[in-house]
Parts: sequence; structure tokens; C-alpha cells
Amino acid sequence: MQAELLDIRNHMVQHPPFDEMADDLLDQVVQSIEVVYFRAGTSILELGQSNHWLHYLRSGAAEIYRRSGELYNRVGEGEIFGQFGLLRNKTVRFPVQALEDCLIYRIPDDTFQFLWENDENFAEFVEIEDRSRLRSAVSRREKSNELMTSRVTRLISRAPVSAPATVRLQEAARIMTDKGVSALLLMEETDEGRRLKGIITDRDLRTRALTEALPSETPISEIMSEGLITIRSNMFIFEAMLTMLHNNVHHLPVMDNNEVRGVIALSDIVKYESQSSLYLVSNIYHQQSVKGLKELSRDVRDSFVRMVNEDANSHMIGSAMAGIGRSFSQRLLELGEEKLGPPPVPYCFLALGSMARDEQLVVTDQDNAMILDDSFVPKEHDAYFLALAKFVSDGLAECGYSYCTGDIMATNPKWRQPLSVWKGYFTDWIDNPKAEALLNSNIFFDLDGIYGEIDFAEQLKTLVAEKASNSQRFLTMLARNALNRTPPLGFFRTFVLEEDGKQQKTFNLKRRGTAPISDLIRVHALACGSRSQNSFERLKDVAKTKLLMEDDAGNLRDAMEFISIVRIRHQALSIESAEEPDNNVRPEDLSPFERSHLKDAFQVVSNAQKFLRFRYNAGTVRNV
Amino acid sequence: MSDNPEPAREIYGLPWPEQFRALADVSEDPRLKSFYQTGCVPADTPVGEAPLVAMDFETTGLDANEHAIVSIGLVPFTLDGIPLGQTRHWIVRPRLPLHKTSITIHGITHSDIENAPDIEEILEDLLDSLAGRIPVVHYRDIERRFLDVALRHRIGQGIRFPVLDTMAIEAHLNPDRKPSRWQRLMGKKPVSIRLADSRLRYHLPHYAGHNALIDAIATAELLQAQIRHHFKADTPIGDLWV
Repeated sequence: MQAELLDIRNHMVQHPPFDEMADDLLDQVVQSIEVVYFRAGTSILELGQSNHWLHYLRSGAAEIYRRSGELYNRVGEGEIFGQFGLLRNKTVRFPVQALEDCLIYRIPDDTFQFLWENDENFAEFVEIEDRSRLRSAVSRREKSNELMTSRVTRLISRAPVSAPATVRLQEAARIMTDKGVSALLLMEETDEGRRLKGIITDRDLRTRALTEALPSETPISEIMSEGLITIRSNMFIFEAMLTMLHNNVHHLPVMDNNEVRGVIALSDIVKYESQSSLYLVSNIYHQQSVKGLKELSRDVRDSFVRMVNEDANSHMIGSAMAGIGRSFSQRLLELGEEKLGPPPVPYCFLALGSMARDEQLVVTDQDNAMILDDSFVPKEHDAYFLALAKFVSDGLAECGYSYCTGDIMATNPKWRQPLSVWKGYFTDWIDNPKAEALLNSNIFFDLDGIYGEIDFAEQLKTLVAEKASNSQRFLTMLARNALNRTPPLGFFRTFVLEEDGKQQKTFNLKRRGTAPISDLIRVHALACGSRSQNSFERLKDVAKTKLLMEDDAGNLRDAMEFISIVRIRHQALSIESAEEPDNNVRPEDLSPFERSHLKDAFQVVSNAQKFLRFRYNAGTVRNV
Repeated sequence: MSDNPEPAREIYGLPWPEQFRALADVSEDPRLKSFYQTGCVPADTPVGEAPLVAMDFETTGLDANEHAIVSIGLVPFTLDGIPLGQTRHWIVRPRLPLHKTSITIHGITHSDIENAPDIEEILEDLLDSLAGRIPVVHYRDIERRFLDVALRHRIGQGIRFPVLDTMAIEAHLNPDRKPSRWQRLMGKKPVSIRLADSRLRYHLPHYAGHNALIDAIATAELLQAQIRHHFKADTPIGDLWV
């Protein structure tokens, strides 16, 4: 290439997909260019017109429209357009107008085709639909974390150590000591062979046997844990970690069909990831006072930043943070009961919202409630539960989980009620839906029992799963509310671009990104009777029902993951630079990679919202 | 040097297409003859349909009789596109010694010059590139005069052609570009019609390079912008050429 054309080449080499192009290919591109000037306000490409050029915007700005006339994108210096038509029938599918005076480098179709065949990166850039690009971005990230790519079998170092479930306490302890294990599997003989019946751990021996001074001849079956939580051998280590965090167990039998392959312990994962959030969780249970918990809470943010730096995915981080929050609540409840005495009637402590969904981050307030046994008599018992609720709520506030501004806390008598009243609440919300009221009760449809009579929470989940799917009116209202918050269209220079072409300086990644997704996933999940709370789990349930096409569910998953991870990284960066983390992002804080994929993700959300409106007949009511 | 007679004075009064035909008849150098024979588009040709060629010279100074051409950049184009694959760039050896000062300005080294051909060696190529096209320059006094003088010295006959002068167009568009003393006192700044400054008014990008080719491309872009803003694709080229 002539050295005199360096000015042109040097500009292109700064912009994808030309930035990774081989020198000789780029020289050919430069040689093939035709330069054209367009005055602001004039048409560059008209719908249906034949087009044989890829357009590279050297200076200025242009707007790309959909067939319907809706704004699709705004492009600036160094961006390309016109590729969609070139890849198909050489006809303009997205008309383009010059927003400012534009100087355009046009690359002819034959050069375009040559690049497409000879430069993989170029082909990927121009060819891949927005959504597949998002998918490869998400999976590329996830591949870098070992916890996400290694199977649990890697942590199994020995054959499982087991004993018949009929052994006595002393014999069980002897086997564990001899074999040097911290957990013993207990098997029962059935007609189909030996079956895993239960597990006993070091901790069980200490807390259940020694402190109670049980006789050494006690049958082990009296103190072992049954109804075991297990994990399949093809699961990833991070999934084992999530299972432990969520269920607060420290040992997981690894199953191959119905055979036990081995047992992995929390300590195995902690060894793998030295300063893990699991370690923090286990420390929480060792604290004897609110003061101790408060001191420990300072580590939460470190743990968060560490996971981000280790390229954990958003599900892992959200679950870990929720697990930590749950552990703080559980330990506070234990401490509260120690202080106030045992509860006069059974109760269940509920986590709501992001903690229930396992999608908690560091900037969070507390949302909780109590379900009391139906034998509850307010005059006799409520003073106790108010005191307990207050103890937990104050303790959580001390530990960084600020009070809920909407007063959705167990300290509010409305949210400290017997099970029958709770059933009445949910029945009313579902049978007599009112948009306004539902807006405030949305949060109760993400619920999880975290302490006490977990079954109370399960009964509510069952009620919701059975009732919600049959109430069209409820789903319509819920869908309408889910459309209240919309994603932006994309970015243009240092601005956030809205669908109506307006530009903003900053936007809220939660309100305009993750919240609209979890809102719309909730509607589909309730419509198909799912009992899951986590958005990713809900999506899996929804995908099984044909309510959403498999592709659409996958796209939503990718969009959720990408927006969440950008939000998470944004918060981690704030923490690292000693600023208070929040959800507000300015486009200039985003990398080009994040900007381009966020735009793809917003598009997925926007399409999913359109489908939601159509599917649940939610009308066109919109107020951003 | 040749002893060819200069064409008759009255030829110069003819409209450009007729003048080209007349000049073709009196030219003896086959390269020049061929250039004129290719012809010149009629004055009523819409500028959007006219074949154009942007051209820029780097010279050792401003006086065509004292200074010499050191490089030539050109690109044929139309209002619809400037094909970078058809650009040409030559370094030529001036007969007069190169002043040290101008070497740094042009970024052309002594060895570039020593190995460069005399302009006569590239004349056929150059005239072929210009033939049938209307040259577009920024400041007509450089390219037209220097080429005319260079040809007189080598083939004994000068060269004449119409040009579109983007600087003249800017001057025409900004008649009050030089503020009066009073306006100056009031803080009014003169409007610059230099190439780089003119381009800014049309939001054309800045080019860091200083060579004849990038300046020729810059001039072609400027003409496209001027026409898109102030004229029409069907403006007769005769209204614009000088």
C-alpha cells in the first residue's frame, strides 16, 4: 500500500473488526475503499435499495432504523453498517440517515466477501447475529474460571467410606477415626441392593452426640441426617459450592446414577479456592455476638471483589452473597433465641427478593418476614416474635444490610403473621389482582424459608405455584408491571441512547437491566407453575414448558448473565477504588466490549418484553 | 527545449471544449496532443456527472519560475465516490537544488529525490490520468502554473485546462472573511480558507499526513462536501470551473 494512505489505514486499525486484521488484508481493504461525503439529514441507505458496499463511518454520526421506522442504532466514528444486506440479498434491510455530516469509507462487496472468507474474526464480527455474539462473550468469560470448568469428581480423592445404618454410635466414631474421614455414609440394605440412607459428620458427633452425652450404644440412625442433599458426578465444582451455600451443608455425597462415587467436603473446595466465601460462611457460625458478626461483615466486600477477580459468574456470586446474607440471618436468629429463650410457637423466617432468588450483591437492604404457626395468639406470643424480629433486623443493619425503606421486614406486624393469614394474603393477591397493590407485593413472589419451620414457606410456594398459573388476570397484571421498566436502546459516544432517540448521561444497571429481566422471568415462571426462585433456575423450568422457545430462554439467560456481570464488575471496581458501590453507570466507564454486548443484551430484553406484552395481553401501558 | 511556436492568442478566448480541440491541432508533443484530444466536458455538464481528478503538488516554493515540483498526488473521482485504489503518487526530481528548509516540510529525503525521475519521464502517465477529467485543486495558482512552466521547459509548450478550485469556492462563500479594522477590534476573527480550516467547516476529519496524495484526497472530499452543502448535483460544471 502507498505510504501516503497511512492516514486512512491508521484510523481503521483502531476499530474492530479491522483492529485484528492481518496487515496485507487491511492494505487490500484500504485500496478498495471509495470515499463519499453525506450531508447531515440526508439518506445514506434507503430501505429496499440495492447495496453493494460495507460502510465504515470515518467521521460524523448516522442513525439506523428498523423497517417499521423505529430507531435501531446510532453509530459513530469507526463503526460499520450495511453488512446485514450484504450477507443476504444485497438489499438494504435497515435504512440509514446521516445524523451529522458524514465521511464514509465504502468497502465494495467483493472485498467484503473476500474478507468474510479469509478472516475468521471479520466473519464473526459481521456475520454473527447480535445474540450469538452475546453468547460467545458470556461463555468466553466463564471458561476462565476453574471452578466453573472443573467437575466435582476432581475433588474426590478416595472411595467413599460407609457403614451399615444399623451401627452404633461408638462404632461409627471408630470407623471415622480409623479411616480419617470427617463424614461417614450410612447405607441400608433394600431389595434393590445397598442404598444411601444418611450421613453423619464430625460436627454431628460433637453437636448431637457429645453435647447431649448420648450413650455409645445409641443407634447411629437416631442422630444421622436423612433426606440427603447430594450432587451428580457430572456437575461443576461451582455448582457444588452453590448447593453447599444454599443448604448450609458441609458435605455432599457425589452420585453416579444411584451409586455413591465419593463425598466432597467444604474444606475440599476451600482448599481449591483458598479464601472462599464458603470460608466466610463457616466463620459466621462461630460468632457468639452481634459485635463479632459485625466485624466479620467487613470481609463480605472483600469476598465479593475476590470472586469477581476470579471471573466467577453472576450465579455464583449472587448465590454466594445470598448465602452469606442468609447465614448472617440464621446466626442472628440463633443468637436471638439464645437471648430470648425458645419460641413459644413454631415459626419460619422468610428471606424475600434478591436473597430468596440467590441474586444478592453488595448494595442491598434487608427484606424479610415471619410465618408463625396457626396456634399463634397475638396477646401471648407477639411480644416474643417482635423482640426476635427486632433483634435480627437491628443485627442485620449492623452488618451492612440496611433497613428496608418499604418496611418489608418481620418487625412490621403486617409481615409477622400466622400461616393462615399468609395464605389469605397470597390468595387475595392472585384472585383479586390490582396493579398498584401487586407492585408492592411483587417481592413476596420471590420467597425462601431460611430458618425454623421451612415447611411453612414450602406451603406458600405450593399455593403460589398452583394458583398463579390459573389466574390470567393476575398474570396480566404482573406482566403489565414487569413492563414498567425498560432497557435503554444502546450507547452513542458518551451517552445512553433511549428508544426515542434521547440521550442520557448515566443509567441504572439494576433498574434498566437486571430488574426488568428478573421481573419478566418471574411472570413466565409463575405461569408455568415453577417453584424455583432463582432466575436462572426459573428459566430452566420455563424452557421445559414450551412457553418460551428454547432459543429465547437461552438468549435471556445470556442477557441476564452479561448485564449482571457488568453490574457486578462496576460495583467491584468502586469497592477497589474505595468508593461506595452503586448501580449507576456512565457509558464512558464501560469498555468497548461491554458497550457492544450490553447493547445486544438490551435488545434481547426489549424483545422479551414485547413477547411478554403479547403473551399475557398486557396492553401497551408503559411508563418508564 | 523545443522551438515549437506558441499557440495563437485567440485560441485562449474559446470555450474550454473548443479550446481543447484547437489546442490538440497545434500540439506536436504526442502526449499533450492526446491529452487535448480526449477533450473537455461541455460547460452545461452537471457536476454530479462530470469525471473529476483531484490533484496536489508539493513544491520547493511558491514561484513557478523559481521553484520546482517535488511530488504529485492525484485521485480520479466523481461526486459519488473517491476510489483509493486509483490514486497515484510520484516523487519527481527538481532541476533546481532542493532547499534544506523545504526537505523537512515535505518529509521527502535527499535519497528519495536522487532516485526520483524527472517529471518528463512520468508525463505520459500524468497526462493520461488527467485526460478527460476536470482537475480539482485547492488554490489554482500552484498546480496549473507549475505544470505549465514545467512543460514549457521540457517540451516547449505549456498546458491549459479548467480547474475546480475549492479555495476559490470557499472565498466565494465567505465574501466577508476579512474583518474590517473595527470588526477586528470587536473580536471578529478572519475566516481561513486554507485546506485544513475549510474542511473543519464541513466536519471533515483532520489528516495528520502532509503529502501530495493525502492533500489531493482531502481536496476531493472538500469538493464533495461543498457541493452537498451549497450546490446541487445538477449544477452545471461551467458555473464552477475557472
